[in-house]
Amino acid sequence: MRYVRPGEAESIVHVSSRYENFIDGKWVSPVKGQYMVNLAPATAKPICEVARSTPEDVDIALDAAHHAKDEWGETSPAQRAKALNAIADAIDAHREVLAVTESWENGKPVRETLAADIPLAADHFRYFAAAIRAEETRITELDKNTVAYHFREPLGVVGQIIPFNFPILMAAWKIAPALAAGNCTVIKPASATPWSILKLAEIIGHLIPPGVLNIVTGPGGEIGKALATSPRIAKVAFTGETVTGRLIMQYAAQNIIPVTLELGGKSPNIFFSDVMAADDAFLDKAVEGLVLYAFNKGEVCTCPSRALIQEDIYDAFMERALARIAKIKVGDPLDTETMMGPQNSAQQLAKITSYVDIGLGEGAKLLAGGHKAAVGGEFADGYFFEPTVFRGDNKMRIFQEEIFGPVLAVTTFKDEAEALAIANDTLYGLGGGVWTRDGSRAFRVGRGIKAGRVWVNCYHQYPAGAAFGGYKVSGIGRETHQMMLEHYSQTKNLLVSYDQNPMGFF
Amino acid sequence: MTSREAGERGGRQVAARGDRRLAEQRVIATEAAREAVRRLRAVRGRLMFVQSAGCCGGSAPMCFPAGEYLTGPGDLLLGWVAGCPFYIDRRLYEAWHPGQFVLDVEPGMPEGFSLAAGDGLHFIVRTAGVEPRDRSG
Repeated sequence: MRYVRPGEAESIVHVSSRYENFIDGKWVSPVKGQYMVNLAPATAKPICEVARSTPEDVDIALDAAHHAKDEWGETSPAQRAKALNAIADAIDAHREVLAVTESWENGKPVRETLAADIPLAADHFRYFAAAIRAEETRITELDKNTVAYHFREPLGVVGQIIPFNFPILMAAWKIAPALAAGNCTVIKPASATPWSILKLAEIIGHLIPPGVLNIVTGPGGEIGKALATSPRIAKVAFTGETVTGRLIMQYAAQNIIPVTLELGGKSPNIFFSDVMAADDAFLDKAVEGLVLYAFNKGEVCTCPSRALIQEDIYDAFMERALARIAKIKVGDPLDTETMMGPQNSAQQLAKITSYVDIGLGEGAKLLAGGHKAAVGGEFADGYFFEPTVFRGDNKMRIFQEEIFGPVLAVTTFKDEAEALAIANDTLYGLGGGVWTRDGSRAFRVGRGIKAGRVWVNCYHQYPAGAAFGGYKVSGIGRETHQMMLEHYSQTKNLLVSYDQNPMGFF
Repeated sequence: MTSREAGERGGRQVAARGDRRLAEQRVIATEAAREAVRRLRAVRGRLMFVQSAGCCGGSAPMCFPAGEYLTGPGDLLLGWVAGCPFYIDRRLYEAWHPGQFVLDVEPGMPEGFSLAAGDGLHFIVRTAGVEPRDRSG
């Protein structure tokens, strides 16, 4: 089926011509009264306007958050869990509205937002609702008269900067643990995708006290920087590229606050010969595992953008994979049959195109795609790109840099040692995949890949409860797991003496 | 020639080699990029560039007020473009081995915390010798 695009009469998604910031539970106009146009990547036409905020608006959001933080921080875990569960229920109840909204703004196919982004967003809120209630801290009897109590206390007000590739799910990954741990947050969504989270706020904003969740839209260079440098945040979380990641650490150093960062990857997906030992469902799964580089049109930090295939199965395996890739349907993101929508922006499209040129220039062999996809008609101006496959060498730049598009770089290896050497020959360490029918090898190679998340005989699954984060330059911290609560709280130690007698020093 | 002028042409050693220097500059700028920098400098003062990588807006050159980004021993000063230093992480440079970067401008929003290259424009880098082609369907 095909959903009617947001803003049209029959659409399930209502679009206002203009959106304000969400601050203190209200819609607040930007101080300087400036707005920016938000485009739909499928048509390159405007969806709506959003606030083009300035540092003054960040200050107003921080005022609201600070006003709310004491009361919210003192609510019981049961009360906070109730609020998070209510948010999850509201997301589920509005699954289609949010799925169509996010699909239209980001360009990702609605089949993905319906089945993954939105249900997962709800589940991450439920997970942290459960985690905070089950949280127990430690009490240690140090000696007969002395006991160390450890309490988890919220940090207060945190700053969170969300990327454009999963505007709602990445927001959920960050909002859920922050609120569960008793913090208030000021969020800056990506400049390219500010609208989805504002639609989310329309749906969930009333379920939490004013000031707990605040959203300010606008350019990173102004409000992202204002938020990250503010002495009024107690922690900053960021997902994006490496230079901004370093800059955020630098600002955090100046305020002596912690950071969590997720900065991307160039994830290897390793296929051992034995995947072709039988022509069965598992082989079919492995072929799909390679094609998952096209998930969310490759705009995923963990995109399995390097496929490492054992050389004796290369021809046979790639024949199947290329046949599957040829069947990828590129087009209207709101059509449930579409597998790949447009890239998020003209500049992403330009970057991807330039990397194809770089790959060709380096002598990589183009096996599929390589061009802007001609979708035509009403989508003629959209940012569509063909699913693309190169064969080359891991030293090539297309194997070394995150292209953030549907571009797969394939190479071969002789044995396990070479597979690991190639897999780890990268600056990044966010994700990786291992495909084999040999359980021992699966563990061995899975542990051998220097990355924070290695999928074994699967890929691109993001369940709450499995920690996600990077090794090497891919970042700091682990999201989507209760251990994230530690990143959003600080430990209070109460050291209690039962002893009636003085220490005797003075 | 001052050291900065030499640097802008690709470094003192390279400059001293005369005619070969153009081919050996590690970063140069198009006239459009130079014009954008001139306009921006008039408003924001001295500037610096840092090459980014990784997720989302990776691969973009970031433009900051000079000194905004703390560089360290792991960073390489690739050269000077339009009067601004251009840095890249040394390991990234080795992994990319790009030859020569060409700073340019295109329509689009700046990435991360970068300054824009003007109204509706952002800075990009191209790789010299790689010819952009029309890749429409």
